[in-house]
Amino acid sequence: MSTVQGKAWVFGDEINSDVMAPGIYFKESNEIMARHCLEAVDPDFAPNVLPGDIVIGGRNFGIGSAREQAALSFRHLRVGAILAKSFARIFYRNALNFGVPALIFPEASDVKAGDILSVNAVSGRVENLTRNKSYVVDAIPRHLMDMIQAGGLMPHLKNRIQKKGQI
Amino acid sequence: MGRTLVQKIIARASGRETITPGDIVTCNVDLALILDSGGPRKIWPRLKELGTGVWDKDKVIVVADHFVPAADPQSAAILKLTRDFVKAFDITHFYDMEGICHVILAENGHLQPGMFCCGGDSHSTMGGAFGCYMAGFGAIEMTGVVITGDIWTVVPDTIRINWSGAFGRGTVAKDVMLFLARELGMENAFKVVEYGGETVRNMPMLERMVLTNMAAELGAETGLIEPDELTLDMIRTGGTEPAPNALDWKSDADADYVAIHEFDAGTLTPQVAAPHKPSNSGPAEDFEREKITVDQAYIGACVGAKLTDLHMVASVLKGKKVAAGTRLLVAPSSKKIMSDAAADGTLSIITEAGAILLPSGCGACAGLGAGILAEGEVCISSTNRNFQGRMGSNDAAVYLGSPYTVAAAAVAGHIVDPRDML
Repeated sequence: MSTVQGKAWVFGDEINSDVMAPGIYFKESNEIMARHCLEAVDPDFAPNVLPGDIVIGGRNFGIGSAREQAALSFRHLRVGAILAKSFARIFYRNALNFGVPALIFPEASDVKAGDILSVNAVSGRVENLTRNKSYVVDAIPRHLMDMIQAGGLMPHLKNRIQKKGQI
Repeated sequence: MGRTLVQKIIARASGRETITPGDIVTCNVDLALILDSGGPRKIWPRLKELGTGVWDKDKVIVVADHFVPAADPQSAAILKLTRDFVKAFDITHFYDMEGICHVILAENGHLQPGMFCCGGDSHSTMGGAFGCYMAGFGAIEMTGVVITGDIWTVVPDTIRINWSGAFGRGTVAKDVMLFLARELGMENAFKVVEYGGETVRNMPMLERMVLTNMAAELGAETGLIEPDELTLDMIRTGGTEPAPNALDWKSDADADYVAIHEFDAGTLTPQVAAPHKPSNSGPAEDFEREKITVDQAYIGACVGAKLTDLHMVASVLKGKKVAAGTRLLVAPSSKKIMSDAAADGTLSIITEAGAILLPSGCGACAGLGAGILAEGEVCISSTNRNFQGRMGSNDAAVYLGSPYTVAAAAVAGHIVDPRDML
């Protein structure tokens, strides 16, 4: 997994999975769903986020529903990484399962919207190029790194099925 | 140091003699619950891509509850796909429009103390009222479970929450959870909450299920309650004979809890949570002073429209009418509850008061079915979450309360402390 670099989009504490994937769009495709990601909190985010951009969250990022579209929308928007002070459990698992790097970043408050960040999920190195600051955060847990490096749970399952011939 | 209930369950499911909180283990899954919304429609294409099927057709339970009954062509297609999946994989247990999944599992004897269960919905935690591990996972992860029958977890720490004393009038399990969301916050990820004490022991199963359901609102991995005779009675009513050792699934007396909280039920009063989160709560009497007019009162969801909940609603509504300018919508949690409430006269009290009866399903709670809100509208709801936009418009305001509190607001036309109406 290489280093990603992009613009920071900064969100506050307890951003829930309902606002990441609003229920009223549940029947739509994942692509349409992604266009409404976080619109209740920041309507400029989904239309303007660029591939590789970094999402910064506060505490308990992704609390609430188990809906996978909450994490999947960030992949559809090609977000480079999500850094938050802490993550809600199901969202964290979903993000990693989709191959979206989710890293715990206690210093999230240092980042201002629009800062340019560079993130390496393997080494845990985070650089704020705008403010000339660097950090080392806990990398993805070791037992999940195989899966992340394979690109998420689906490629990981494919490998597991091929290896065993069957499950 | 002894072990907590969840640690014993995970040790059994992972085949390990000893485990320590923080260990990462792989568990064999005893039951996997998948739903119309994030189940077959998400999982089947992935099974096709991988060229594989389901690991155990008896252990994968399918429930159609989110898009029921179909209100538009997309919902109809999702439900048809769900039914086709059940046929294609010869799924043994399929509940089609029978009610909301977490209540369905409880009604049909699927949950037993000591089991390790995964569900494709965050309120799967509700199953923990039966002394089993049951937690919520996303559809992508449930895809893995459905194929392999196993899943990794971090052995969690356990928070013990003891309640003593008797509730005052009009105060119930829902008030406990709105209070706890404020008291303990919503950030307890990778921890399990275990509820106990005499107040919990004295609760009927349907009330205990409120505590474990809303463990999700505490951000916990799941909630658990040690089993007792009431647990076994409900399993038997569901048609299953409990295992002979079912009551052995308890925490040790010297179990290693990361925190123990003690609360007195006698001092708790009806609670209301203001928009936009369950932890934004306070005493209903404080909200009454603000004269908050409600457009809609909603009794629904897995947590808030069980038979005990409908009884609470009827006890408020008996001989009264829903206020002009307020609508009261009631969506019983399951078909069986609907039928039981019809048989014992509860439904006629509710409809005579002017309530509108809706089908059993997740419905408006998740912004999916009948009863969603327009911009600027105010709703008080017996559901479990009030995140912005969840029940429709981003600009609607949703308050949470117990079925007593919601019914009382429907009669008054604004949020009130329900004790004056009981």
